[in-house]
Amino acid sequence: MIRVIVLIKQVPDPKVRARLKEDGTVDRERVRAVMNPYDRNALEEALRLKEVIGAKVIAISMGPLKAESVLREALAMGADEAILLSDPMLAGSDTLATSYALSKVIKMLGNYDLILCGMETTDGNTGQVGPEVAEHLGIPHVTYVEDFELRNGYLLVKRLIEGGYQWLKVRLPALLTITNTANEPRCSTFEGVIRALKKNVRRLSLEETGIEKGRVGLIGSPTRIKEVRRVNLRRRRYIIRKPSAKEAVEELLRELSSKGIKLVMNGG
Amino acid sequence: MVNKSGGVLVYAECKRRKLNRITLELLSAGRYLAGKLNSEVSAVLIGYKVRELAKELICYGADRAYVVDHQSFRYYVPLTYAKVIADLIISSEPEIVLFPADSIGRDLAPRVAAKLNTGLTADCIELDIGDYEDPISGRHYEKLLYQVRPAFSGDIIATIVVPERRPQMATVRPGSFDPLPRDLGREGEIVAIPVNLGGEGGVMEVIKVVEEESSTDLRDAKIIVSGGRGVGGPYGFKLLRELAKELGAKLGASRAAVEAGWISYSHQVGLTGQIVKPKIYIACGISGAIQHIVGIREAGVIIAINRDPDAPIFDYADYGIVGDLFEVIPALISKIKEVKCNK
Ligand SMILES: Cc1cc2nc3c(=O)[nH]c(=O)nc-3n(C[C@H](O)[C@H](O)[C@H](O)COP(=O)(O)OP(=O)(O)OC[C@H]3O[C@@H](n4cnc5c(N)ncnc54)[C@H](O)[C@@H]3O)c2cc1C
Ligand SMILES: Nc1ncnc2c1ncn2[C@@H]1O[C@H](COP(=O)(O)O)[C@@H](O)[C@H]1O
Repeated sequence: MIRVIVLIKQVPDPKVRARLKEDGTVDRERVRAVMNPYDRNALEEALRLKEVIGAKVIAISMGPLKAESVLREALAMGADEAILLSDPMLAGSDTLATSYALSKVIKMLGNYDLILCGMETTDGNTGQVGPEVAEHLGIPHVTYVEDFELRNGYLLVKRLIEGGYQWLKVRLPALLTITNTANEPRCSTFEGVIRALKKNVRRLSLEETGIEKGRVGLIGSPTRIKEVRRVNLRRRRYIIRKPSAKEAVEELLRELSSKGIKLVMNGG
Repeated sequence: MVNKSGGVLVYAECKRRKLNRITLELLSAGRYLAGKLNSEVSAVLIGYKVRELAKELICYGADRAYVVDHQSFRYYVPLTYAKVIADLIISSEPEIVLFPADSIGRDLAPRVAAKLNTGLTADCIELDIGDYEDPISGRHYEKLLYQVRPAFSGDIIATIVVPERRPQMATVRPGSFDPLPRDLGREGEIVAIPVNLGGEGGVMEVIKVVEEESSTDLRDAKIIVSGGRGVGGPYGFKLLRELAKELGAKLGASRAAVEAGWISYSHQVGLTGQIVKPKIYIACGISGAIQHIVGIREAGVIIAINRDPDAPIFDYADYGIVGDLFEVIPALISKIKEVKCNK
């Protein structure tokens, strides 16, 4: 049976606007934490493989203890196992440190055929963790995957590129990052939630995985945040409300030309 | 006095025997940074039959062009490309390495960064050189790369630095820098790098490439007419296209419109689309989510048409018309025609 690992991150609800704390860091406490939306697409691909060829699906997350809730959700959606790497030493990890830590967990698990990630997270937006995990593991990766097929020992992968797509042939084991256009992720069913209640989220600490302390957390992260600021994007807000569209448009053009702004550039 | 190691290395891309615009933008960024560091700009171009473009890299700002030309590099694949670049970085020791924040750069840069065990900042929109005081160790660092990127929804801007490790690496959003003019008189060195495939070949290969359309580049547009979910469908975009034609404008879109399938991704403006800087941006049926607005923060004038007087777009607009776009836009088109006739 092939083994598929899905990397899942817990992120602040992307529908809620991020707040800054006094010290300039982002306030994560007050925002509800949810499964990174793109990781749902990755999980969905894994669950489809499970349905079609009977793959075993293992969800892994690194984060605070409360990240257990997204792993519970993954179990409810149909994942077979869930692993949470949680340790205070991991706080402040950047993409290099995170990918190193995740790769150590994956190495500890031993054999696997496929690793699926989301195409990026809604809080970090980097999309770097996937390729970096693949590099730490020494396996090939493909990003922005919209579709793939498992063949005998290799994958056929459809990858989105600017203005089109390409098909690649990739040897297994490999890591793919899945786009949000790949599928429509399922919701967890009532039975799924009940089933998940009987399962454990396995917790791992640094010691068990052999992660070097100096390579994770703030000390293990090469990047530092120098400054965070909110930019003011508000503008002049000259709002026109007129009963007829014609009047509104006339007022707009009058206003524009009084400010020397030319809408019609050619000839004007 | 110019420092040979150190300096800026730019990852160059080309398509159909032409350098991509983002490559010119990166060279321009590289020149700016190298000026502040008093060092040089190098570019590395990997591909097949790309040798003739080396001179172009120099015309647009490189002091040195490394070229890797071999048929096994006809298509980008991460493993072999990452190895070539990591080897080059190890031997030439640049201070800074810049990649485009596109489907290649965002794929390749993390692979290289992990190989070299260094930091990487994604999607930078500004770059600069400056000092840094580490609040924990109290150490002072001079002339670090300031890597400025939008964070979270996009209206939060973070400046990232990499104090201890080298090189300092970033992917840069298209549209963040203006290319330098092509200077045929510029001189520079062209270095062909021998190909050493090692064991990385054959693990993955591209078997087919489909480019459905030439991707729409909105970065040069003077006027952009942009549509969102409020446009209602392909029919609505026909109306927008008509307005765009009258104005000599290009067509943009919100992510909602792209996801609905009414228009292709290459028209998407915003955090996960293009950053645009038109003189005039006309947002039609767009609510004004922050992720959209960050893509137009450098637009000259923003005009919004939305029927909901409470739509957030009106906060971010210079001018707004509260009304149904299916009435306002036809009125606008006929008014413009009238203006043109009177000229
Ligand atoms: C990580 C992340 C990245 C994102 N990146 C981007 C991005 O790059 N670009 C982007 O655009 N979005 C992005 N989004 C999505 C963004 O949050 C919004 O969901 C999206 O911009 C909404 O698009 P919209 O304004 O077209 O649709 P809606 O929010 O549905 O707004 C439609 C508007 O049309 C108006 N309207 C309806 N009918 C009419 C009519 N007949 N006449 C006039 N007005 C009408 C309505 O009043 C409404 O205000 C991102 C989201 C996330 C989480
Ligand atoms: N802390 C984490 N735990 C598990 N998976 C992660 C974590 N961070 C990132 N990932 C995975 O890497 C992808 C890209 O994340 P990012 O590089 O942060 O945009 C995500 O969609 C996840 O699949």
